[in-house]
Amino acid sequence: MANFETMTINMGPQHPSTHGVLRLVLELDGEIVRKATPHVGYLHRGIEKLSEHRTYHQILPLTDRLDYLAPMHNNLGYVLAVEKLLGITNEIPERAQVVRVLLAELTRLKSHLVWLACHALDIGAMTVFIYCFREREHIMNIYEKISGARMTSNYFRVGGLSADLPAGLEKEIRDFVNSMPEHIKTYEGLLTGNKIWQKRIMGVGHISAEDAIDLGVTGPCLRASGVDWDLRRDQPYSGYENYDFEVVVDDGCDTWARYHCRLKEMREACKLIHQALDKLKPGPILADVPKVVLPPKQETTNTIEGLIHHFKIISEGFKPDAGEVYVGVENPKGEVGYYLVSDGSPRPYRMKIRPACFINLQALPKMVEGSMIADVVAVIGTLDIVLGEIDR
Amino acid sequence: MSVQAADKLKDKFGDTVLETIEFRGETTVVVKKEEIVAVCAFLKEELGFNFLTDLCSVDYMGQAPRFMVVYQLYNIGTHARLRVKAPVEESDARIDTVCGVWGAANWMEREAWDLMGISFNNHPDPRRILMPDDWEGHPLRKDYPVQGPDREPYQGRTE
Repeated sequence: MANFETMTINMGPQHPSTHGVLRLVLELDGEIVRKATPHVGYLHRGIEKLSEHRTYHQILPLTDRLDYLAPMHNNLGYVLAVEKLLGITNEIPERAQVVRVLLAELTRLKSHLVWLACHALDIGAMTVFIYCFREREHIMNIYEKISGARMTSNYFRVGGLSADLPAGLEKEIRDFVNSMPEHIKTYEGLLTGNKIWQKRIMGVGHISAEDAIDLGVTGPCLRASGVDWDLRRDQPYSGYENYDFEVVVDDGCDTWARYHCRLKEMREACKLIHQALDKLKPGPILADVPKVVLPPKQETTNTIEGLIHHFKIISEGFKPDAGEVYVGVENPKGEVGYYLVSDGSPRPYRMKIRPACFINLQALPKMVEGSMIADVVAVIGTLDIVLGEIDR
Repeated sequence: MSVQAADKLKDKFGDTVLETIEFRGETTVVVKKEEIVAVCAFLKEELGFNFLTDLCSVDYMGQAPRFMVVYQLYNIGTHARLRVKAPVEESDARIDTVCGVWGAANWMEREAWDLMGISFNNHPDPRRILMPDDWEGHPLRKDYPVQGPDREPYQGRTE
């Protein structure tokens, strides 16, 4: 007699392909997924609550710990939101803007490298993982030289940057980016023509443009469903309007399309980094807004005014006008936004982070229900989730 | 663009629109919570705000009404942003769900329930999302201690 019962299994939170602590409860009919229920929150640290008890400068390190694979982007979104709240968006010096774009794109490269590495590893292509992490190591070393940290960079500041780029780094970045197209070719050589790779991702995790928009999907996942939308072009920030780049769109709607989309984005990121390096001219890295921006060390130690400013900003913080702003930036994974509510005090009254991965993950049941259990692994990889950002 | 949208909303809904605020080039429309689904559906269908960027809530403890539910909308065609807010009383901390308008609202509303304790009428899946299912209280409320329940606040270094 046939048995029509379904079986419920737990995938995660301790599972190698759930990229952290994602737990999926899968209802299976044989090997077919009938229902998928994601459970999140295992990494919830209450960053939004903590922010309400810190000054605007003190929140910055917390933002590193959201999407820890793309910390510079989180910093960037946050500082842009605070700058907008203060009304000093137009005061940011040229050099700081260019460095921000430079590092944001380097971070995009870094994040996409981890995506490709893990996505390929989940499906069984281990060599790609090792190669991608080799290149990522270069970026981590660059990070370390810039900010002293390999992952939690905490480098941008409200009003500009915490420090200038170290001498000689521009050449190092350029050499690295020059080598990247060849590396990307290697990854493609290993994967694109590979029959196993093709069979595992072609037609898997299909999501139409209407569904993707309805479910709030952003970033490469949305663009691979044929929606031509990129905040860098459509609501430019940090001077992205002065750069020449292509918004990569693919209308395949499946994991294969997302794979190509992200690979092309890596190439575009290299192009943007070259342009940023060309634009990089010596100049100030901090805005001239004494009430907000810390004075240079020289001034703090040698003048009484500098010391007072430094003391006031550190001990009390700055007070933006009462009001609220929302700023979204195009993270490697999608739109990450910061909604800040100020009541005129030195601490935000409320900070809401719009997490790209959290909302993208919402589309997972739609993408896996009705397909094989093995496809769930591919779909988790293609969504490129980071639990630090989902759980906040 | 967003300003025109706010005007159109006013023309259509009249007294339901309580206030329109302009700050740093961003438009915020405050509407009555009873009409929130109609307002959202109108914004989506007629004015093209087809993308719900974010949904959250703010606790203005000590003020009446205490909570504000905030909807960040985006128009993928024109790239306009609009913020819609609906005040919610503490005594009746509930508002209709907009899951029927944008599917994305599902998890966002679950988060607002979980962390702020605002319930959403007719929500398809009204469970907690970030905190454990048996958690008591709603951590983002202003009267919830930052160090957690049943713990002394940090006193600094004592010696």
